[in-house]
Amino acid sequence: MANDVRAADRDTAVPTPRGRAETPPGRGLLLAAALVLPPRLTPAGVKNDRRYRSIDKYRFVCWFLSVPLLVYGIFVISPFLQAFYYSLTDWSGYSSRFGFVGLDNYSRMLDDSDFWASIRHSVLLLVVAPVVTLGLGLFFAFMLQAGGRRRRGEAFSGVRGAKFYKIVYFFPQVLSVAIVGVVWGAMFDPITGPINEVLRSVGLGSLARNWLANPDIALLCVLFVLCWMFVGFYVVLFSAAMGSVPGEIHEAALLDGAGRSTTFFRVTLPLVWDTVHTGWIYMGIQALDAFAIVHIMTINQGGPGNSTLVTPVYLYKKAFDVGQAGYATAVGVVLLVVTMVFAAVMMLFGRRERIEY
Amino acid sequence: MSATKPAPVEEAATAPGRPVGGAGEGPRRKHGKGGTLNVFSGAFLVLWVVMAAGPLVWVMVNSLRESGEITGNPFGWPSALSLENFANAWSEANIGTYTLNSLIVLAGSLPGTMLLGSMAAYVIARYTFPGNRVVYLLFAGGMMFPIILAVVPLFFVMDNFSLLDTRHGLIIAYIAYSLPFTTFFMTSFFRTLPGSVAEAATIDGASHSRIFFQVMLPMAKPGLISIGIFNFLGQWNQYFLPLALNSTDEDKALLTQGLAELSVNQGYQGDWGALFAGLTIAMLPILVVYMVFQRQVQEGLTAGAVK
Repeated sequence: MANDVRAADRDTAVPTPRGRAETPPGRGLLLAAALVLPPRLTPAGVKNDRRYRSIDKYRFVCWFLSVPLLVYGIFVISPFLQAFYYSLTDWSGYSSRFGFVGLDNYSRMLDDSDFWASIRHSVLLLVVAPVVTLGLGLFFAFMLQAGGRRRRGEAFSGVRGAKFYKIVYFFPQVLSVAIVGVVWGAMFDPITGPINEVLRSVGLGSLARNWLANPDIALLCVLFVLCWMFVGFYVVLFSAAMGSVPGEIHEAALLDGAGRSTTFFRVTLPLVWDTVHTGWIYMGIQALDAFAIVHIMTINQGGPGNSTLVTPVYLYKKAFDVGQAGYATAVGVVLLVVTMVFAAVMMLFGRRERIEY
Repeated sequence: MSATKPAPVEEAATAPGRPVGGAGEGPRRKHGKGGTLNVFSGAFLVLWVVMAAGPLVWVMVNSLRESGEITGNPFGWPSALSLENFANAWSEANIGTYTLNSLIVLAGSLPGTMLLGSMAAYVIARYTFPGNRVVYLLFAGGMMFPIILAVVPLFFVMDNFSLLDTRHGLIIAYIAYSLPFTTFFMTSFFRTLPGSVAEAATIDGASHSRIFFQVMLPMAKPGLISIGIFNFLGQWNQYFLPLALNSTDEDKALLTQGLAELSVNQGYQGDWGALFAGLTIAMLPILVVYMVFQRQVQEGLTAGAVK
């Protein structure tokens, strides 16, 4: 940053002010000192110099950026960059000794069935969770915006109590993922959990089971909780987007004889597509990161067996439980690549021409 | 309430719309087939209310029951209104200590995030200097990558600074990982503010920092509230960073860690009452605050996620 300042200093100094043709010697030194001195200690002579204004500005910029950049650089940027390097080493994480092994970690991944299982589960969540969550979100939002009785000749009206629904639907979103994980862990409990009890009381006792202990069902439970958490968020988001669509557009569609479902797919959905598209990417990233729920809710954090193991949990276990930090960061790099590819694909294929209204 | 529930709901969702569309009902007919549609949609809306709030209500009701009552009988009202579970959770299961730890960390990290984030954002948004764009992209880029990739090296960076298992270490980590989004959000907010007020202050002789603290920050209040809510919930609910950076000393565990721990222990001890009480202690204040400020919270979070 110091270089920048000096360069700018020179720029402003080129048209020498008239009254100050002969700058006293040492003024340049004082000006440089003013960069670090607080304004109070700066000599008045320097303060009256024309160049002082830009020095004052750059001093401010430097001071204001220094702390945030320092914190950000040390604790976010540098670990992030280091991760790429560590992924090429055989570092255990326990000691400071490690050797450079090139791409060994990555080739080891190819034969690691646990790793592939985790990727399979993560990608499954990545694909299914946004479909279910955004589908439900759109459905509820449309119901809230357009499912009401037709009052006062209005073509479209919201459901009575729409505000109440939005408040309640949003509950899971304000709670901690840790709380959600513990609550649903208890919900699925075979003895004290209410899910089996409900099934029995409605005569579906045969469906009652030990949900999280069944390898075929456990991942579905994780998927369900993931969707449960986010539906309310998308209801609120999509309601806001739908609310900003002018009412006349919907009215015109209705006058043309379109039913509600036609209106939804032909009119509403295209108009809010931008929001849906962004939400899709966001939900996908959330699904890839399903760490806390799996870590808290499932048996042995990813079990039974490997049936709910997702990539972030696998990474965490490798790094902190078995001491394979180098290998774990390599898994992290792969996860980053998956995230990037997902985002890029969504950006390329989900985009539509923006509709102005 | 099974795991496969969302699918049938969604399937049925399109069904009620069909008769209306197929019949080509006139929009002006007042209570035509809309009636059946309303019954269906109303039912689904109510069903999801039960789905969303049911588990939370169930936890709260059970927190007032004795552990013995809960086992084998998930539903039921408390036989006697006893607050014993809460006392147990608060002192014996250490929920009180965990809550205090969470509050201490938040008391440092939230103001720190807001201050550092708006400082950086203000400079980026309103000053031209070489490298402005680079700094902006540096912060904005941080929103893209998963924390989990950085966590292993971060652990050792923190270790080198002797910041592991300390509250101030967690505060710094929270600030650092909240900075990208806070800066990004506040930059676009500061850009929208009119420059004339700041110019007037300059002419009156106010210094740069004085303009920031006394003119621009007060003007940015709506943005600060949105991002403040976002960061408050995000940091209060943080599970991953404390788990990785603060896991050896149980006395320093945060609320989210404590609850996860309690949920494991309860399996051995059968103290369901304490678990439910702990959960209630953790979620009730948040839910109450949310209901009071629900409009701001909803706007803050949705503005925070998609912008």
